[in-house]
Amino acid sequence: MATVVTVTSGKGGVGKTTSSAAIAAGLAKAGHRTVVIDFDVGLRNLDLIMGVERRVVFDFVNVITGEATLNQALIQDKRIDNLSILAASQTKDKDALTEDGVEKVLQELADTGFEYIVCDSPAGIEKGATMALHFADHAIIVTNPEVSSVRDSDRILGILQSKSKRAKEGGKVAEHLLVTRYDPDRVDQGEMLSKEDVCDILAVDLIGVIPESKAVLKASNTGVPVILDAESDAGQAYDDAVARFLGEERPMRFVDLKKRGLLSRMFGGD
Amino acid sequence: MGFFGLFGGQKKNSASQAKERLQILISHERQNRQGPDFLPAMQQEILSVVKKYVEIRDDQVNIRLDQQGDASVLELNVILPER
Ligand SMILES: Nc1ncnc2c1ncn2[C@@H]1O[C@H](COP(=O)(O)OP(=O)(O)OP(=O)(O)O)[C@@H](O)[C@H]1O
Ligand SMILES: [Mg+2]
Repeated sequence: MATVVTVTSGKGGVGKTTSSAAIAAGLAKAGHRTVVIDFDVGLRNLDLIMGVERRVVFDFVNVITGEATLNQALIQDKRIDNLSILAASQTKDKDALTEDGVEKVLQELADTGFEYIVCDSPAGIEKGATMALHFADHAIIVTNPEVSSVRDSDRILGILQSKSKRAKEGGKVAEHLLVTRYDPDRVDQGEMLSKEDVCDILAVDLIGVIPESKAVLKASNTGVPVILDAESDAGQAYDDAVARFLGEERPMRFVDLKKRGLLSRMFGGD
Repeated sequence: MGFFGLFGGQKKNSASQAKERLQILISHERQNRQGPDFLPAMQQEILSVVKKYVEIRDDQVNIRLDQQGDASVLELNVILPER
């Protein structure tokens, strides 16, 4: 049976799609057959981040409604053999996502032999987001070290713990905290919540910390998941997070203060 | 850490204020979440009953469910207008 990994956050623009693309590419690179699904119906973007926007003919909703077969809609990544993408519909609305329809597609993906199904959740707590997390085995909670993002993450945790299929059947979705857009300098200045603070408040285990990084915009400009930019700090941080997800132990990198001179420290310059 | 940060005189920084505010807010929101499904509807009804007798604003009635050992305690605070 395939493992469903939902990337979610509540708040918009915190890095879900960036993380979904990176994590899916990382799992596939590690040798696991992986598909990444865009649940942001009406506002698809995963196709752009994955660099397959010109190859989308059919989408997730077409498969649910039977207008296309799964095979017609799946886009095989050209860089990584094990990786496929299922785009979101641009024209339909989120009501097209029915529980039965989503379950049927997930089941078919599992039957086809995918080991990991990564679901890129839309922002909010409406239909698209609740559908994306309903069938989750694992949830990756993407959180920025900022008050509204942390609060929204806690709301999503509440939904996972009460409304997901696993919760309703008396089980539990495995929760992982991914802190993104982290700036160790600002944490040191007392201007930004630290990773420990966020972890304490949400009481979820930390799977990774992704630094605020120029590499992310560059990756999205070129349609390459940032994890494939192996030189970059964000790419390496995602690589560590995926390794941890797969059970490896790795120290957190890019979380400490960059070395600065004593003078600039004393006078608070940058 | 600026010049004054290095030599004591610690003022509470904004990150620790964020943490404090979040801890209070989230513990409150979690408590509400764990309450029974009928709680919001019951709050509304209690509010409308109170309003039948005294003129108050919505935010002058505070209803919360607290856990005390094995028992749940429903706490109702109504701020009555001055007469
Ligand atoms: N680690 C990072 N460093 C710098 N910029 C980042 C980082 N992570 C994400 N971003 C930027 O933040 C913006 C939002 O990212 P992304 O689209 O992944 O968020 P999202 O949570 O999927 O948004 P939405 O809620 O709209 O779906 C993008 O411009 C992206 O380039
Ligand atoms: Mg997104």
